[in-house]
Amino acid sequence: MSRVAIVGAGYYGFKPQTIDLSFQDLMFESSSRAYASIDPRKDIDAFVDCQEDMWEGIAIADEFAPEPIGGALRPTFTVAGDGLQGIAHAYMMIKSGYFDVVAVESHGKPSEIKTLQDIYRFALDPQYIRPLEPGNPLFYAGLDAVAYIKRNNVKREHLAMVAVKNKNNGLRNERASFSTKITLDEVLDSRFSIYPMSKYEIAPFSDASITFVLSSEENVRKFTDTPVWIDGIGFSTETGSGATQWHEFGRMKSMREASKMAYRVAGLDGNVDKYVDFAEVEDRFSFMEPLTVEEVMLAKEGEAHKMLEKGDFCFNGYKPINPSGGSLSMGVQLEATGLARLLEAYLQLINKAGMHQLKGVSKALVATWRGVPTYSSVVALLSA
Amino acid sequence: MNHSMKEVPGIGLKSSEMYSLIGLLEDRPKARYDFSAGPTVSKFLLGLKEGKILGKKCPRCGRIFVPPRSYCEWCHVATSEWVEVPQTGIIHTAVVSYISAKRQRLEKPEVVGIVRLDVPGYKDKEYEFAGLFHRICIDPKLVVTGEAIGMRVKVRWKPKEERKASILDIECFEPIG
Repeated sequence: MSRVAIVGAGYYGFKPQTIDLSFQDLMFESSSRAYASIDPRKDIDAFVDCQEDMWEGIAIADEFAPEPIGGALRPTFTVAGDGLQGIAHAYMMIKSGYFDVVAVESHGKPSEIKTLQDIYRFALDPQYIRPLEPGNPLFYAGLDAVAYIKRNNVKREHLAMVAVKNKNNGLRNERASFSTKITLDEVLDSRFSIYPMSKYEIAPFSDASITFVLSSEENVRKFTDTPVWIDGIGFSTETGSGATQWHEFGRMKSMREASKMAYRVAGLDGNVDKYVDFAEVEDRFSFMEPLTVEEVMLAKEGEAHKMLEKGDFCFNGYKPINPSGGSLSMGVQLEATGLARLLEAYLQLINKAGMHQLKGVSKALVATWRGVPTYSSVVALLSA
Repeated sequence: MNHSMKEVPGIGLKSSEMYSLIGLLEDRPKARYDFSAGPTVSKFLLGLKEGKILGKKCPRCGRIFVPPRSYCEWCHVATSEWVEVPQTGIIHTAVVSYISAKRQRLEKPEVVGIVRLDVPGYKDKEYEFAGLFHRICIDPKLVVTGEAIGMRVKVRWKPKEERKASILDIECFEPIG
């Protein structure tokens, strides 16, 4: 069966506001850049879009997907999920042999959602959770954070260290609108927003569109000399917000299952640590970074925060985690957030990360979660 | 309870009785959004305020998009040249609605339709064309008889001082002559 590679990527935005462009304009700008050496009307066999109606403010928003990305009157469909789930679909389509080249687009324009908290509220169970009026729906992250730090004896300082690392990493990344030169004391001295996290440990929102083009191995050289191979990809959803109390708080089992699937697809039998040079992982809440590192088995259980403390995950560390600055620096682009992580890993692997380019990296892990109040995760393994 | 319901056997439920059912909750989203028009649609809307209909041309296939887009959906390239298009055209298709979205009978039937504008360069055999979906100010009977289709129409503008750079600056399309 053909291997699958990323042969093009484009993006537009990564700003807190993009009032100058419509969402269709954003999609066109990012897809145009992804298609720099590709004619989407001839070369691309199918188009996958990732978005969700309530974020878009448009019912049946998938009907708006084809046109701006070159998919009109071509096989196009929408995945109501994170962009990395769209990548998994494209991967499977190419593996099926029915499609050679597939484009995946996702975008988020949270700046235009005037009642964002209420849209979050509407994701909660109408019978059990909404009547309790839990205030900020981000409470889910707090429940997981508290359970995680208790289980692993993690200190509040460790979560602050994630913010310091990622906020400073982002200073070298032009897409990191929320990077800032902050110190550990400054984070520790700031007030809690959701215990045990301050505002520095909760990623803000930003607007962006991101497009990728995937190709079968046979066609790769038509488009690029620097393909990035998707060696494995996996996805999983736990019980979800439909059954809040059944989620295993303090863990992210969907992340564990997604990583196991990705490793199985990649044919890796353990020793993942050796395979991966660096990782772009979920960090929209600070605690999610060490937890994700453990769930994808890049660290042994209860060890991630110790490695963080030792500096292993720093830009020049043993295993750089989120050298881009992660979501804490780049923001959350709703369903495009997973593609933001993938974009950063891709740019590193083709040696185009610019000021935050790592030296001598050829293998990466990308892990994303769909954010509160979901328990859906996707993990991908990439190689140059 | 209306007349037809009385004919149905059984016991009618009042709204208050229905919501006494265990677990039946009513909730509604507080969903409010902004929608940026972007540079292309903004310029089109400003044109309406000035009493002009603007389109944008694809540099590759020559199609003129009205309403304009920033890109040609068929070539996936950015549209480039702005053109002011005629405010006349023919009714391509039209419909009379006698009912609302909730399927209740309207007092006054509404006519809406697609107007194919007299845009130079339009290819006759192609199904896509420069045009607008809008209200049509004609007798609904003309739709029923089929006379409306192909009828020549022109824009009826709102008075200049009432225009707000909105699609509603056009009141409707009305027959010529």
